[in-house]
Amino acid sequence: MRFVLAVATLGLAAVSLRGQAPQSAPAADSCRTCHAIFEDRLGQAVRESSEDVHWLRGLSCVACHGGDPAEEEAEKAMDPRKGYIGVPRRAEIPRLCARCHSDAAFVRGYNPSLRTDQLAQYRTSVHGQRLAQGDTRAAVCTDCHGIHNIRPAASPVSRVHPLRIPETCAACHSDAERMKGYKIPTAQLDEYRASVHFQALEGGDLSAPTCATCHGNHGAAPPGVASVERVCGTCHVFQEQLFDQSPHKGPWQVMGLAPCLACHSNHRIEATSDALLGAGEASLCARCHSEGDNGWKESLDMHARLSQLQAQLGQAEAVLRKAERAGMEVGEGFLTATNAREQLIKGRVEVHAFNAGRVGKVVDDGAKLAAQAQEAGEEALRELGVRRKGLGLSLIAIGVVVLALWLLIRELEGSRARPPETR
Amino acid sequence: MPRVFAQIRRWYDERFGDELLAFLRKKQVPRHRHSVWYYLGGMTLFLFLLQVATGILLLLYYRPSPGEAFESVQFIMTKVRFGWLIRGIHAWAGNLLIFTAMLHMFSTFFLKAYRKPRELTWVSGCLLFVLFLGFGFSGYLLPWNELAFFATKVGTEMMAVVPLIGKWLVVVFRGGEEVTGATLTRFFGFHVAILPLLTTLLLTVHLYLVQYFGMSVPPGIERAYRGSPQPLPAHPFFPNFLLRDLMGWYLALGVLAALAALDPWELGVKADAFAPTPAGIRPEWYFLFLFQTLKLLPAKLLWIEGEQFGVLLSGAAALFWVLVPFLDREPEGRTGRLFTALGATVVVYIIGMTLWGWRG
Amino acid sequence: MSPAKSARRQWLGLLLGSGVLASLASFLYPVLKFVLPPPTGELDADTVVAARADELGLNAAKIFRFGNRPGLLVRLPDGSYRAFAATCTHLNCTVQYRAREHDIWCACHNGVYDLHGRNVSGPPPRPLEHFEVRARGEEIVVTRASRA
Repeated sequence: MRFVLAVATLGLAAVSLRGQAPQSAPAADSCRTCHAIFEDRLGQAVRESSEDVHWLRGLSCVACHGGDPAEEEAEKAMDPRKGYIGVPRRAEIPRLCARCHSDAAFVRGYNPSLRTDQLAQYRTSVHGQRLAQGDTRAAVCTDCHGIHNIRPAASPVSRVHPLRIPETCAACHSDAERMKGYKIPTAQLDEYRASVHFQALEGGDLSAPTCATCHGNHGAAPPGVASVERVCGTCHVFQEQLFDQSPHKGPWQVMGLAPCLACHSNHRIEATSDALLGAGEASLCARCHSEGDNGWKESLDMHARLSQLQAQLGQAEAVLRKAERAGMEVGEGFLTATNAREQLIKGRVEVHAFNAGRVGKVVDDGAKLAAQAQEAGEEALRELGVRRKGLGLSLIAIGVVVLALWLLIRELEGSRARPPETR
Repeated sequence: MPRVFAQIRRWYDERFGDELLAFLRKKQVPRHRHSVWYYLGGMTLFLFLLQVATGILLLLYYRPSPGEAFESVQFIMTKVRFGWLIRGIHAWAGNLLIFTAMLHMFSTFFLKAYRKPRELTWVSGCLLFVLFLGFGFSGYLLPWNELAFFATKVGTEMMAVVPLIGKWLVVVFRGGEEVTGATLTRFFGFHVAILPLLTTLLLTVHLYLVQYFGMSVPPGIERAYRGSPQPLPAHPFFPNFLLRDLMGWYLALGVLAALAALDPWELGVKADAFAPTPAGIRPEWYFLFLFQTLKLLPAKLLWIEGEQFGVLLSGAAALFWVLVPFLDREPEGRTGRLFTALGATVVVYIIGMTLWGWRG
Repeated sequence: MSPAKSARRQWLGLLLGSGVLASLASFLYPVLKFVLPPPTGELDADTVVAARADELGLNAAKIFRFGNRPGLLVRLPDGSYRAFAATCTHLNCTVQYRAREHDIWCACHNGVYDLHGRNVSGPPPRPLEHFEVRARGEEIVVTRASRA
């Protein structure tokens, strides 16, 4: 019975709130006036909500909780007949929020660019599915967005701002106690923090991947093994395309190896280097390939070619820097070196085709450019040698003059060139 | 000598007679144990004239604005033919000039050339030295590189502790509250107009006084020849002394050309006012001893701030130095020996502090 | 004067004269060369001639050299010009103009910039540095925005 009443009052409240124009924070509101007196948990909502996005838009307590804000007496204000529902049950929260947020016409009156498919997405997510099965520990809207202090996602204070998403997800997912029984690891945040994506995010690039980027936010679910490539490939397009053409694609699918993840990991994506190829300690290829097999050979070959170009480049740049320090003009040479470096970068992308020949083609172009850059530097140093020769000539002329002057002095003064002895 | 020289000589004589350069022709330079020090004045003059010449050449390409100064010097170093040579000589000769001026100043001090009647020669010389330091300080900023920018910042900051006019001094020198493009413009004005004008005036006075009074002979040697029937040996300025002068100047040119070609003056990295101060900022070597002294002073001495004390002390020391001719009453007697000892202490102090500032 | 002495004097005069002439030549030669403005004429760092007025067709671009770095000059379909630093803000590859997509693309990791240099897709974290473009007679001149 109470359930029916609750639903009915919810429905009534919904009807009464439709089509309301946005206003500034509401004026007389007995909910706030009374609850503000409490210093404990009962007054917390009032304290928290002064900057809350709903409150600032004129949606006061009754918008969610129902009741009558004009009534001063508690019983009359918190009257279930006036729609009051008290603290909503966790299982009810998604539908409570969706009452407004899935209503496109209603939301349009407040922010025309807000999406209205969150509930639909949520229902496809792992969180939504578990909630539907009765697991009230699954995340609901308020777990991520907050309750009475919700901010727009673009605000840096919002719990779902890109910079804060990792810690918001980690509030549950890094909590071993909470995650007990779910068979999900809890090291994701730590691993993510060691990744280049996190570094990019902290470095100010708000478009860098956070949890929501790969997992979805309302439709949060881990990408399946077969679809991981598509997730990474939304940004890393070339690597995905090359991988699809590579000899790894088919066999890995059969073996159930996730593309991208098998080498680069899912959360702990660390900076790459040429050392990930070849036969060294850090080599990823060596995890599966053994010495002598075709993959091993390709890996060594790719590693060798890239290392060689890098060494060539290093040499060319050293010569150019030496010439520059000596005051020579080597701008053109540095430009060539930059272009050569570009080939090195492209070569490292080409690795994902796992074909040393393809890498070699890219690297060869780079090698030609590196050789040109080196020649430019060496020519500048040769020019320096010309300067020294010029200096030598002028020093000879100066030396001749100094000698001639000295001889002239001796000639003019006889051999009494020394000052006489004085006491 | 070829006939054409004789013809020119006659043409000149018919118009100017002997008057104009007669004093130079008649000038005699004493020769004694210490007369080698006489060459330093001429060397300083030569280096100064060299700076004027190379400076004027650099003026053809240099642009005194923060957006272009660094690039224009880079342009001179890399694009202008022999720009590296002219700029290199200008940078090296600037340092050599100050070094030579110091040697000249200390040698005249120890040889007591400041005694009567040459007190004003000494005073004008000291002022010239200050002007050369000003040349060094203002010129150092002109390439607008990182080191110079911060060295200027630190250097002009010191002026704030001068009592009464400190704040005013800083603003006048910086062209504002901070070191900015306005400072560069101002320093450029100092370096190519104000300081050259003042130097020309003072130099004229200084050289005139040197010619008027003739070369000073150290007290001991003067005493030795006072009662003697033999005159103090001397040789004519022209051509004997001048030829030796020329030898020195040519050698100096050779040294400078070699330095410019083999050890180019670094251009460094362009100044960025908003970058943090790089570690190890220090002024040019000729200010190092002052810098190091300031670093050693405690934060507070009696009621005076350490820095202020340092600046006041340096000012007092400089004033004392300029007034030495008036303070050394008996140059050949007791006070003379006292001042010699004082001078030696000063030299040791400067060398020591400079080395310390360099190494530390 | 004895013949030997006069011969010595003459020989000395010759030595001195030729030495002085040679050394003066070695001083004057650099000075004269210095005074002659170098062929490039303009300072490299802030302003450069990127192209001639008739060099680029509509919806085309070229890479030009700006100091030590590459620059990209784009001519839009309406005839106006835009210029940017052609160094991708991701890992410094040289970007290129794509006439079909009307955007600026980096071939290394598929970074995309719009025609205002704004990074719109892919890894680049920042927009491209943009330059001022002006037509000066027959030349298209690109200037770097000056710093304080």
